[in-house]
Amino acid sequence: MTVAAEFGGPSRPQAGGANSPEKVLAPVLSAFWDEPESWTLQTYLRHEGYEGMRKALAMAPDDVIAYVKDSGLRGRGGAGFPTGMKWQFIPQGDGKPHYLVVNADESEPGTCKDIPLLFANPHSLIEGIVIACHAIRSHHAFIYLRGEVVPVLRRLHEAVREAYAAGFLGKDILGSGLDLDVIVHAGAGAYICGEETALLDSLEGRRGQPRLRPPFPAVAGLYACPTVVNNVESIASVPAILNKGKDWFRSMGSEKSPGFTLYSLSGHVANPGQYEAPLGVTLRQLLDISGGMRPGHRLKFWTPGGSSTPMFTEEHLDVPLDYEGVGAAGSMLGTKALQCFDETTCVVRAVTRWTEFYAHESCGKCTPCREGTYWLVQLLRDIEAGKGRMDDLDKIDDIADNINGKSFCALGDGAASPIFSSLKYFREEYEQHITGKGCPFDPAKSTLWAGTDAHLGVNA
Amino acid sequence: MNATPARNDVQLGMPRLPAPDYPADVRARLEADAKEVIARYPGSRSALLPLLHLVQAEEGHITRTGIRFCAEMLDLTTAEVTAVSTFYSMYRRTPSGDYQVGVCTNTLCAVMGGDAIFEDLKHHLGIGNGETTEDGAITLEHIECNAACDFAPVVMVNWEFFDNQTPRSARQLVDDLRAGRTVEPTRGAPLCTFKETARMLAGFPDRRPGAVEATGGAGPASLIGLRLAKGEVAPGHADHVVSPRTTADGPPDEAGPSPAASPDGGVPPRRDDAAGPADEEGK
Repeated sequence: MTVAAEFGGPSRPQAGGANSPEKVLAPVLSAFWDEPESWTLQTYLRHEGYEGMRKALAMAPDDVIAYVKDSGLRGRGGAGFPTGMKWQFIPQGDGKPHYLVVNADESEPGTCKDIPLLFANPHSLIEGIVIACHAIRSHHAFIYLRGEVVPVLRRLHEAVREAYAAGFLGKDILGSGLDLDVIVHAGAGAYICGEETALLDSLEGRRGQPRLRPPFPAVAGLYACPTVVNNVESIASVPAILNKGKDWFRSMGSEKSPGFTLYSLSGHVANPGQYEAPLGVTLRQLLDISGGMRPGHRLKFWTPGGSSTPMFTEEHLDVPLDYEGVGAAGSMLGTKALQCFDETTCVVRAVTRWTEFYAHESCGKCTPCREGTYWLVQLLRDIEAGKGRMDDLDKIDDIADNINGKSFCALGDGAASPIFSSLKYFREEYEQHITGKGCPFDPAKSTLWAGTDAHLGVNA
Repeated sequence: MNATPARNDVQLGMPRLPAPDYPADVRARLEADAKEVIARYPGSRSALLPLLHLVQAEEGHITRTGIRFCAEMLDLTTAEVTAVSTFYSMYRRTPSGDYQVGVCTNTLCAVMGGDAIFEDLKHHLGIGNGETTEDGAITLEHIECNAACDFAPVVMVNWEFFDNQTPRSARQLVDDLRAGRTVEPTRGAPLCTFKETARMLAGFPDRRPGAVEATGGAGPASLIGLRLAKGEVAPGHADHVVSPRTTADGPPDEAGPSPAASPDGGVPPRRDDAAGPADEEGK
């Protein structure tokens, strides 16, 4: 299984070298997560917290929008839409209330950046909310947090309380005339609510089903009023841009994908975790500085941005992880959820499980997604169990094609991605399951505790 | 996909009578809470999800009485409230345990050992997915990705994080819960009951001293990038092989620290049922 010759020697990155961790990484949002009480207002203020807000409140709202637009910040929730442009779409002087809704419904399989961010540094989001609401002239912001993360809910409740007490929320913030209320809203378990229009329906107290667009939320969002829906990390990145300047922000990343972002490394890697770096870093660089794959194993397939982004293989290790780079290589940057699987992992098992997820989470509104994901699961379970037929492979490809792009929202597209990409790179492995009438992999070898002898004797 | 057929309560003929109301004192207490929640929102119906959490905090699951209460508070029909409550997987439709133990079996956690943990717990507790132990302590469920993939495999108890689990540690966890021993998550506050958790979800902050501070700023995996950027080596890690190369040229490989994962083992059970945790339907 292991291909020892493929691995380098046990060297250590040279300090200051081009590929040293100090050069590759750029902690901004995560810069002080290691402090004992990183989540408190006091800690945040010690690290120039709410300075960006002070600068923004001294500016005219339209100037803030222009500044964020010039910085080139793009949405960190998956689609990569320019944040400033989203704000600019809000009609002004229309006499209607405007709303900011922060999408903290992080549920895309593999994605795990917003939750640690909010757990360790919730004030970066609160400060970003004040700046954004000043820019779009909103007096009401909502943080829609998925319900299944109570530790984060606790910290958000506390951060909002602290911000009110300090005068950063509430009436006439720092004498600027801005009134702003922030409501922390816990969801109740539904992946689809990460889709912005489903989220709005859910926030209105309905079943979370996507809406037909247009009208877009910027025109008719929450309560049919102009609404900006932004990802947590997008909003939390704004204070640093205001405080340190758009040129500083643009000094990182590329022309079209500037700035820093959180990359989440998970799976069969030596050191899973959060790596904040300029956009455009490669998986090879991240693996090089972080210890690579787990000892004795090699990368087989990985996702650049969650399960909904077409999978990559070893040949994509040098793809720049920015919006353009990943797009050009046939996938999407998504949420930068780098789930890495080694050669012990059965790709059919992985795709089957993801497909079961999409079938479970399909809201049922659109027929192609609702029915298609159901039938994909039936076929994939048969293939995985060795009961499939060769023409099932064309059939799942065909069903995925009938889902992709044919529903209201992107959930169906996400369901099709792993099917298409795994058939593209690993069709042979599907065929092995069919000709060999079963799965050739041993799931025990993929576990966190594989290769240790600690399990011996406990099989009572 | 969301509809689950009603179990043994299919009735023909006369429609069911309205659900009974809460006792007067309970009703008064819940009404005061509900009004506080409703006042937060520009549109009252937005309070429906929190109110469903609130009635779940009262009874441990969503009852017809709870649905009637939400409907009356928001001027909705019970059908409208029921339609919403059945859409979301966190609302329970049957009485269940004080501790909801959820094992992530989405792909990454499943591959890293979540499948083995879930199978092991089912066997150890003698219950299936969604079932509750006879002592009413534990309801076992498989759950979807809970945004902690860098801590895989993950188990959630009452929606607090138990990271990097193994079959053995998970068994110890449920044994401790059943024995009434204090259990602390790797990230989150010391456990309270499911009802108390539901009250937080309704929007009422946790007032227990030390609850917000518990387990510190960030988990170890969240800090690895930061530590490397500061020139530190992640603790407890030794040198070892690096990532594979596909090109012959380029700079020589460089290696960083590796984890001493300190796995405590436990035997992953055979995966004799390929469908595994996915054979249950619906949310």
